[in-house]
Amino acid sequence: MELHELTLKQQLDGLRESSFSSVELTQEYLKRIKSKDPSINSFITVTEELALKQANEADDRYSKGKALTLDGIPIAHKDIFCTEDVLTTCGSKMLSNFKAPYSSTVVSKLFDQGVVMLGKTNMDEFAMGSSNETSFFGEVKNPWDLNYVPGGSSGGSAACVAARLASAATATDTGGSIRQPAALCGLTGIKPTYGRVSRYGMIAFASSLDQGGVLARTAEDAALLLSDMSGHDPKDSTSLNIEVPDYPKEINNDISGLKIGLPKEFFEQEMPDYVRKSTEEAIEVYKDLGATIEEISFPNIDLSLPVYYVLAPAECSANLSRYDGVRYGFRCEEPKSLEDLYMRTRSEGFGSEVKRRILIGTYALSAGYYDAYYLKAQKCRRLIANDFTEAFKSVDMILSPTTPGTSFKTGEKKNDPIDMYLQDIFTIPANLAGLPGISFPCGSYNGLPLGLQLVGNSLEEGKLLSAAHHFQKVTNWHKESPEL
Amino acid sequence: MSLSDKELKEIAYLARINIDENSFPSLKGELDEILGLFEKLNSANTDGVEAMSHPLNLSQPTRKDEVTEINQREKMQESAPLVQSGLFLVPKVIEGEN
Amino acid sequence: MINKNQWEAVIGLEIHVQLSTNSKLFSGASTNFGASPNTQACNIDLAMPGVLPVLNEEVLRMAIKLGIALNAEINSPTSFARKNYFYPDSPKGYQISQMDKPIVENGHLDIELEDGSTKRIGVTRAHLEEDAGKSLHEDFEGQSGIDLNRAGTPLIEIVSEPEISSPEEAVSYLKSIHSIIRYLNISDGNMAEGSMRCDANVSVRKVGETELGTRTETKNVNSFRFVEKAIHYEINRQINEIESGNTIAQETRLYDSQKNTTRPMRSKEFANDYRYFPEPDLLPVILDEEFINSVKETMPELPNEKKIRLMEVYKLSEYDSSLLAADKDLANFFEEVTKESNSPKLSANWIMGEFLAELNKENLSIVESKVSAKQLGVLIRRIEDSTISGKIAKEVFEKMWASSKDTDDIISEQGLQQVTDLSEIEKMVEEVINKNPDQLEKYLSGKDRLFGFFVGQVMKASQGKANPKQVNDILKSKLEK
Repeated sequence: MELHELTLKQQLDGLRESSFSSVELTQEYLKRIKSKDPSINSFITVTEELALKQANEADDRYSKGKALTLDGIPIAHKDIFCTEDVLTTCGSKMLSNFKAPYSSTVVSKLFDQGVVMLGKTNMDEFAMGSSNETSFFGEVKNPWDLNYVPGGSSGGSAACVAARLASAATATDTGGSIRQPAALCGLTGIKPTYGRVSRYGMIAFASSLDQGGVLARTAEDAALLLSDMSGHDPKDSTSLNIEVPDYPKEINNDISGLKIGLPKEFFEQEMPDYVRKSTEEAIEVYKDLGATIEEISFPNIDLSLPVYYVLAPAECSANLSRYDGVRYGFRCEEPKSLEDLYMRTRSEGFGSEVKRRILIGTYALSAGYYDAYYLKAQKCRRLIANDFTEAFKSVDMILSPTTPGTSFKTGEKKNDPIDMYLQDIFTIPANLAGLPGISFPCGSYNGLPLGLQLVGNSLEEGKLLSAAHHFQKVTNWHKESPEL
Repeated sequence: MSLSDKELKEIAYLARINIDENSFPSLKGELDEILGLFEKLNSANTDGVEAMSHPLNLSQPTRKDEVTEINQREKMQESAPLVQSGLFLVPKVIEGEN
Repeated sequence: MINKNQWEAVIGLEIHVQLSTNSKLFSGASTNFGASPNTQACNIDLAMPGVLPVLNEEVLRMAIKLGIALNAEINSPTSFARKNYFYPDSPKGYQISQMDKPIVENGHLDIELEDGSTKRIGVTRAHLEEDAGKSLHEDFEGQSGIDLNRAGTPLIEIVSEPEISSPEEAVSYLKSIHSIIRYLNISDGNMAEGSMRCDANVSVRKVGETELGTRTETKNVNSFRFVEKAIHYEINRQINEIESGNTIAQETRLYDSQKNTTRPMRSKEFANDYRYFPEPDLLPVILDEEFINSVKETMPELPNEKKIRLMEVYKLSEYDSSLLAADKDLANFFEEVTKESNSPKLSANWIMGEFLAELNKENLSIVESKVSAKQLGVLIRRIEDSTISGKIAKEVFEKMWASSKDTDDIISEQGLQQVTDLSEIEKMVEEVINKNPDQLEKYLSGKDRLFGFFVGQVMKASQGKANPKQVNDILKSKLEK
């Protein structure tokens, strides 16, 4: 088997047993990126020199018996995480020339564990999108079929892992940006509990919803990476000061007796038969694994989309005000006045989806509409969180499809924002409540993968990873890989 | 719910985003469609429901009043569009204008 | 002809006070004044992508102290909000401030009026927020330079109820706030450096009316004197406008201290929609009782308490006590002086007389004084124990100010001790009498007024060092012989 075909866990074992070196592994990925990525466009920046330097250092530590927990594993970082002295664009023209002067906590923590950075992955501009078509650096293609989208906003991270151009990748999820591309690219993606992973240095889209996480091949790989990314960070006031469990150990916990809830309102949503069929098959797998299945009610699911599309744009409208052409990033040519500087910098620097959301958010917060939109949405957000609280009184986790279907063709939904927004109908509720969610492959249709989502109670990402891991022990969907 | 032209122009100014004449109608159409999505909120009974502005129900942590940052002006200004004598330059700010 | 007596003014003040922390409200950058541009602006202050605010605990303590001093409620939880507006000195495009739950609410302050009575002014709220950077307009052709060193420095904005009725009351209120923040040691209150800034909301109405008139907000009136003048100007302007049949526009105006006028700021009508919403990067702050109590324990004596104590302990008049207590440093200086001297009244007179005059002449603050409290105390003691006369003391004081030498050294070096040796004075008296036979004759023939002449001559002969009382006594006995 070639090195890139190994899972992260297998690579880690190989490195520890000196079956191969980190430099060999890293070089193989760099070679694959060079040959395969031009047709996929999953990377914005490849940090070859840095990767090889880090790989060398890792090999050195292995030889001295001083290896770190993830030493020498080559991964990619979503270009939303600031990386000191390395281009950090957030998929936008606005930051197309921005070299971050500091590193995000996620990146620093992984560097500290010997993780090698292959590069920075493409993404929807400022994480706004579900197809990776809004990136200033071009569309990302789905490795399963290059005519299809990889999902978004972490489309580059998903595509590069699916194409085996990196062992795993970091990603972020505001309304489904990890789980939806995981589903569309046949990967395992976890968005932990809000506050589990530090947001410091993770460029903000909607601060009360954003959460960093992982895109990986397997639940086991995701557990390894998430363990080292998580934890309290004094630089993020909304970071949880609660000890991080040993996820790689927790995934082996017994799941018999696990109570899984099926929210009937989710299944009343419009979705093709093949989605229902795969989901039902997955439910059967869990029954066989000793889980009990229970129908539950989630009455406010219909509010999720409107709540999200009020609150996320409202927060983003403020978060993106700092991009003004004054201190860093893009500035328009020869501004004639201060107002001209602001107007043209922002109009030329942002793409149309970002501008749409800034305008919606500005409107939702403006005098006269604040109560009707923003405040009302915050109250409805509480209703949705209450639905979860109610559900977790009787079940351990909630199961649903991750997306209403497999991937769609590039350009298919580009001019229909609402249709695009519906991609996240099943994923958004977890963000609104700040709960952990995981997506993993559970089927395929016409050669395109499909994902299953589990949402757990606060801080129960260990349980989710374990449920996914046991599923993967008895199924093969996660082992399939696209032919390139 | 739909936006008036005047409202769209005002929020665009508040957000400092230019909308060119040609794309104005289509953008307005898209925004109206999104606002249409919000209608559903009106159907929810939120009497007595407390607004939820954050998923965490915790108290804000604090830090000690200590200077921990050193001068990194050069590094911080590496990506700056226009700098002179350590200052970020912008077209003249007219005092009293906002 | 306008009859100003028919009108009354309704004034509210918004006072921004820079809190004297070491580091910023939400970052670990230094707050020192006067550093080279942008050398104290870290990634958080520069609003780099991805940065997050972390709250400075000391700021909470300072705000709570102020709340206690203003007899106000401390809100818990207290929360932060984003105030959105674009300006180059506001790097995030929003300012982190407080809206719904300010840390301090519903307080009041008793101010002293000119006639000696007091008036209670309500304090609506005091909230925490970040200061902005500075735009520099000189030296750059058609451009402004942005310095963000000040960006993120903690401010507390103290908002009064519109219960102030005159420019003089406004100044008295402002001075009381200034005095309190200095006592609490939460700000240096330096208006010239901008650590205390004042905006005035002014409206006028006919006496007897209950509806408020349309108000204007006059920004950045940055000295006690300018506050008085700007409000005066604004009241007169509004009365004149209304009397000539015009209406007052609700607007923000800028005070021009050189022309002593206010003028409207230019702005688009809808441009001031700040779109406040809860700051999602910060959670509500819970201030538990234990924390508030720990702050209470650190509360210093406040101006009013100090005044009462000065009256009780030192038996000073209310007037003197109030003058001394208005300035924490001055009151402390007084108490230090009285450790050396015995007469509080004489000490108070000296401090408010010669001492302050000298400071003012050189434009120095009390802590910059060239004469220490101890030195001044010893000087006063030397008056009390008759080593020197009051007149000589002034001379010594001047020498002390110029040289920083101690009182006793100056007295002995210059031989300024009062002559109290009776035989020496007697000798001088005799000499004076002998030298002035004509005056003696006239005095003896009934011209009593000439007694003063003899006193003067003796004092002159002693170069002012003779004890005047002794001179009097001896002269009397000699002349009557």
